[in-house]
Amino acid sequence: MTKMPNYISTTNACKLCKPLGASVAFRGMEGTVPYLHGSQGCATYMRRYIISHFNEPIDIASSSLSEKHAVYGGAANLKLGLINVNKKYEPKMIGIATTCLTETIGDDVPMILKEFAKETGGLKGNPLLVNVSTPSYSGTHMEGFHATVAAVIEQLTEKSKANKTINLLPGFVSSADYRLLHEIMADFQNQTTILPDLSETLDGTALLEYEKVPRGGTPLQAIKEMSGAAATIEFGRTLGAAKTGGEILKDKFKVSNHRLGLPIGISETDRFFDVLTEITGSPSPHKYELQRGRLVDAYVDGHKYVFGKKAIIYGEEDMVVGLTSFLAEIGVQPILCASGGKSGRFKEAIAAVTDGVLTEQPRVYEGMDFFDIAEEAEGLEPDLLVGHSKGYPLAKKLNIPLIRMGFPIHDRIGGQRILHLGYQGAQHLFDTVVNSLIEKKQNDSPVGYSYM
Amino acid sequence: MEAIALKDRENQIHRKGEKPFEIVCDKDSLAGAVSQRACVFCGSRVVLYPIADALHLVHGPIGCAVYTWDIRGALSSGPELHRLSFSTDLQEMDVIFGAEKKLENALLELIDRHQPKAAFVYSTCIVGIIGDDLEAVCRKVADITKIPVIPVQSEGFKGNKRSGYKAACNAMFRLIGTADTSNVSKHSINILGDFNLAGEIWMIRDYFKRMGVEVVANITGDGRIDDICRAHGAALNVVQCSGATMDLANMMEEKYGIPSIRVSYFGIEDMSEALYDVARFFKDDPEIMTRASQVIQEEVQKIYPELQKYKKALAGKKAAIYVGGSFKAFSLVKAFRLVDMNVVMVGSQTGTPEDYRELDDITDPGTIIVDDSNPLELTSFLKEKDVDIFVGGVKERPIAYKLGVGFCDHNHERKEALAGFTGMVNFVREVYSSVMSPVWRFVPRKNRNSGE
Ligand code: SF4
Ligand code: SF4
Repeated sequence: MTKMPNYISTTNACKLCKPLGASVAFRGMEGTVPYLHGSQGCATYMRRYIISHFNEPIDIASSSLSEKHAVYGGAANLKLGLINVNKKYEPKMIGIATTCLTETIGDDVPMILKEFAKETGGLKGNPLLVNVSTPSYSGTHMEGFHATVAAVIEQLTEKSKANKTINLLPGFVSSADYRLLHEIMADFQNQTTILPDLSETLDGTALLEYEKVPRGGTPLQAIKEMSGAAATIEFGRTLGAAKTGGEILKDKFKVSNHRLGLPIGISETDRFFDVLTEITGSPSPHKYELQRGRLVDAYVDGHKYVFGKKAIIYGEEDMVVGLTSFLAEIGVQPILCASGGKSGRFKEAIAAVTDGVLTEQPRVYEGMDFFDIAEEAEGLEPDLLVGHSKGYPLAKKLNIPLIRMGFPIHDRIGGQRILHLGYQGAQHLFDTVVNSLIEKKQNDSPVGYSYM
Repeated sequence: MEAIALKDRENQIHRKGEKPFEIVCDKDSLAGAVSQRACVFCGSRVVLYPIADALHLVHGPIGCAVYTWDIRGALSSGPELHRLSFSTDLQEMDVIFGAEKKLENALLELIDRHQPKAAFVYSTCIVGIIGDDLEAVCRKVADITKIPVIPVQSEGFKGNKRSGYKAACNAMFRLIGTADTSNVSKHSINILGDFNLAGEIWMIRDYFKRMGVEVVANITGDGRIDDICRAHGAALNVVQCSGATMDLANMMEEKYGIPSIRVSYFGIEDMSEALYDVARFFKDDPEIMTRASQVIQEEVQKIYPELQKYKKALAGKKAAIYVGGSFKAFSLVKAFRLVDMNVVMVGSQTGTPEDYRELDDITDPGTIIVDDSNPLELTSFLKEKDVDIFVGGVKERPIAYKLGVGFCDHNHERKEALAGFTGMVNFVREVYSSVMSPVWRFVPRKNRNSGE
């Protein structure tokens, strides 16, 4: 295996910055306005970036620091900004994330917030204020997302009496995925707290009245009571030793934590359903037996079109792990798994999900950008690329199909509706992969067959 | 109607006819308001980025670079170096110990890899804080590589987008005057402030060519370093757009005595006026004026029939405008008038008092004029005025769509050419295809029983 050269500069990064993940996570909590403590540009750029994927209005407030604040500290602007946001949005919660600037100048946000509470006696309407530290010079948007979930649990969840709920911490998946998870949990007849919950807040209906803060999101009361749940399930095989939401609930409130991979493809989804059966004591509902059965049937129908095809998979680490597990189980050969993240657990996770399926492990690299991926792809002769929109230039150069998955989807409509999870998600993925390969073959052929 | 404006913003909104014209602008964005504005860096990046054979290295953490990767439709007829996103991707250690060495090595690596004609190094907020000496690093690398390496002082918090334009102009001004101009014609111009979105500058250049006027440098659409170095040989600077490149024109006038005129290429009226203005300047050759009239006549004839068709359908519909620069807003107001539509709201992110005064002069009574607006405000205006089409950028689109209002993208991300004569038809066609779509029948605004 070749060793990746160690470049100094980054070209066309395959990662985003931490506060973006924080903002998305905050957007999935009831009545919450994300607020970036930093200069204006960061918030505006992130809004633009998120909007281009979800096609939803995304308001992210900013403390709009200017030069003098950068020198003397941003406390005054942070406080003034909170008052203004509160006046205008009347939120139930304000989710404050730091940025590189405020981390570098050393603003101590928890302390500023304490001071603020003392000075003002709380904001009108008493919105909750939670804060998370998200300097982008260490970590990516995914660390930002998970850190936010953890911070909210750390700061909001209180001791409460035992209930039969399950806490589900899915990570950054699509709105359609969140809706599917709701459905699955309901079918297990289980009370669930899904944190965050992007099902409605980032894929809303057409409206008559503009909502200052979109409806939906995880109810704040439910977050407070996560301590009493029967168990927590958190998705993410590359989640590190860092305190995750699930780990905090376990340590503080003795809620058992089940860490699983994103349920993408049959194997990983089976594991998810097994855990659900184990926790709830009820068998998998018939509906899912049928979905799984149809999926297996489809795998058989289409297996020849995909067998041995070589794929490059890139994006955020857990998404890549899930997609790799799926591709391996349908007979595609993953040859390169790449991410801009640096969890230190990527390779191990890929090995775990492909164990017993792949005879040869793909090259697995953390800290990659698209320059590295393109360089690495040379000579590998991939048949398809799987990942978000930013791989398109490479797919075009290689003249191979790009299967769009994950975030961001900036060159197609409906990124928020792509279903990745569960048997249903796998069905969608499978049909897409098979049909893309058939389409490529059909387009390249001079014959013009109209049957497979 | 509820008080949607925060108190501090009230004097940034004006309703024509209500009281004598008065508006406050060029203020820093208010802490906590969700401004549509970006930062200094964004301004610099917009202006310099279309220079296609230069290396654009963003010195900072990853976000600033990755959010600006290939997001603008500035086309090149040759090299496409500008479409790559280069970053020093600062990490924690760099922030603590300084990143001059990293910057130097990154520059050497990238210049060696891509052989650009020049390099621009953008500084971002935290670079302003950690205090790297960009000048010194750039000088050193220029000595080694023998190409111009130019720092752009674009720390995000040091002002707003306009300061970024200024920083970009300063950077380019260092190049101008460094190459030979002996073969430049006396009927020659530089095109300033067109960024070749969707190939617009190619159309404009074609008009000038047919008039017999030589274009020395495109500043900066489809721009080249060598052309910019000899831009001081042109007889006239033709400047489009309010703020972006005016500073450069002023500096060139001062140092090289090159006069400038301000034009807009948007709409039939302004486009024709631009060509006439240039012809008038070269009055020593009356042929140029004759040819200008010819060009205009030919071009208008080409588009007239199609425009008439749209006009019939669009007459009386209501439009709202929110764009970056107010100069564009003037042209849009006139363009809508040409098809008999009513402009009921117009605003910009970075207008000057004179700009707003002029808007006040050319709009109808009751029109809302606004500086540095935000989503909540914009939605309330859309509703209040029952708007049929909203013209804005990507961040405004979901706001319009959520409320069931038509939308036309008139920002740097657009992929449709809207300048020139052809651009006018494109623009009206786009307005037409949004306003006349049958989908509005279903939105709650038009049909109160659906959607919600
Ligand atoms: S860090 Fe500064 S330069 Fe970068 S996007 Fe934010 S405001 Fe702009
Ligand atoms: S400064 Fe940091 S937080 Fe802001 S855009 Fe850049 S990387 Fe992201």
